[in-house]
Amino acid sequence: MFFTLLKRELMLARRNWVAILIPLFFFVMVVVLFPFAISPEAEFLQKIAPGVIWVAALLATLLSLDLFYRSDYSDGALEQLLLMASPTQVALAKIVAHWLMTGLPLVLVSPLLAGLMQLNYGLPQGILEANQTPILMLSLLLGTPTLCLLGAIGISLSLAASRNGILVAVMILPLYVPILIFGSATITASLENNGYNAQLAILGALLLFALALTPFATGRALKIAVS
Amino acid sequence: MASWRWFHQLGSPKWFYQKSASWLPWLWVATAILFAFGLYYSLWNSPVDYQQGNSVRIMYIHVPVAALSMIGYLAMAICAIIGLVWKMKMAFMVTRAIAPVGAAMTFLALFTGSMWGIPTWGTWWEWDARLTSELLLLFLYLGFIALHSSFADRSKADRSAAVLAIVGAINVPIIYGSVKWWNTLHQAYSVTKRGAIDPQMQTPLFIMIGAFYLLFAILVIVRLRLEIMSREGKSQWLQAEVLANRSVGVKS
Repeated sequence: MFFTLLKRELMLARRNWVAILIPLFFFVMVVVLFPFAISPEAEFLQKIAPGVIWVAALLATLLSLDLFYRSDYSDGALEQLLLMASPTQVALAKIVAHWLMTGLPLVLVSPLLAGLMQLNYGLPQGILEANQTPILMLSLLLGTPTLCLLGAIGISLSLAASRNGILVAVMILPLYVPILIFGSATITASLENNGYNAQLAILGALLLFALALTPFATGRALKIAVS
Repeated sequence: MASWRWFHQLGSPKWFYQKSASWLPWLWVATAILFAFGLYYSLWNSPVDYQQGNSVRIMYIHVPVAALSMIGYLAMAICAIIGLVWKMKMAFMVTRAIAPVGAAMTFLALFTGSMWGIPTWGTWWEWDARLTSELLLLFLYLGFIALHSSFADRSKADRSAAVLAIVGAINVPIIYGSVKWWNTLHQAYSVTKRGAIDPQMQTPLFIMIGAFYLLFAILVIVRLRLEIMSREGKSQWLQAEVLANRSVGVKS
């Protein structure tokens, strides 16, 4: 049942592929704004790069949530889905689809941003250990699913509310703080030649914890929305 | 079961509305007495700190409101669980009653903390673990209030906001832990630690904590009564109650 639901979500997303690309454009554009606003100096950009890329990833995830929940709610499909499968399954299918269609592309496009933000500036070339790009990708790979999981609660709770876009941000951003801290700390630690395994491990722990608990909350919230 | 009677009674808006009217005067008196003693001791009759001077007196407000800001959120989350599990409408009303009071306590904790920070730390804001997590707690309260107020359907608002309160409560320790790992300046918890605080300061502090707890309870009860009035306006007992009170008021 889960795979049927997942297939449906992915098919819907594929047929609406331009909408799927918009969060990705947003992600790149937000990061590109920072050199204009602050300074194009490579040393400086390198310093702020982890935080900027992570905040942009966080906002892109938040803004892309709408695609996977809103239309199903407004055309009544969500009600039918909840009759068909358990709320947790529906929630999990939506979360996984959301991550595959927006979270994973963020991870894949992040090397481009690492280049634009001079993340590898001044580091010895050609030595694999000195390259920061894989670490950025790894931190996003472990962190973005958690962003999707937590965001799903927010969007599901706001479906039946009268104002929703900004509401989701207000509810969910405080919950994103731990992921933001450990996500950008991973890269900063690695830039300063410190160990970053602990940060990655905590990101992984947060992911597993969220994976175990949040689908229930999201399922519950979806049920409340259609009740 | 007889022993659960109080629980069922608390679940009845009518019972609570009628009983709480007689609790409130007593609570007000007790709070006034505690505040009178507490303020006297904390503002006049307690020692000046050897390093901080008179600014230490901010503590007698800061510590109680900071404690209440966190306990308020916990109480809200527990009521949210009760409401979702046993579908008690009173529990939802309590969460709604607590939220703005708790948010106010959180704001006061931040405000008094900033005032205290200027003379002692030399800055009114520092990105420290406790300050930052208190600020995030304020955001969590505001998120709860914002979510609850954006539904046309009250029952959906109640249940949705309850889910958010529970998710927030699970996250508070995670947020605190991660922010602590990130940066720390605030002193560690020392209120009940033996020898960490002088008894001459500890006693007025405890009186003030008691006074603020009572004040918190009063504010929540008053808000809860208003909440009951706004929701049960169509029920006969409430109309009878209000009419009876009005006729008394006209006569006297």
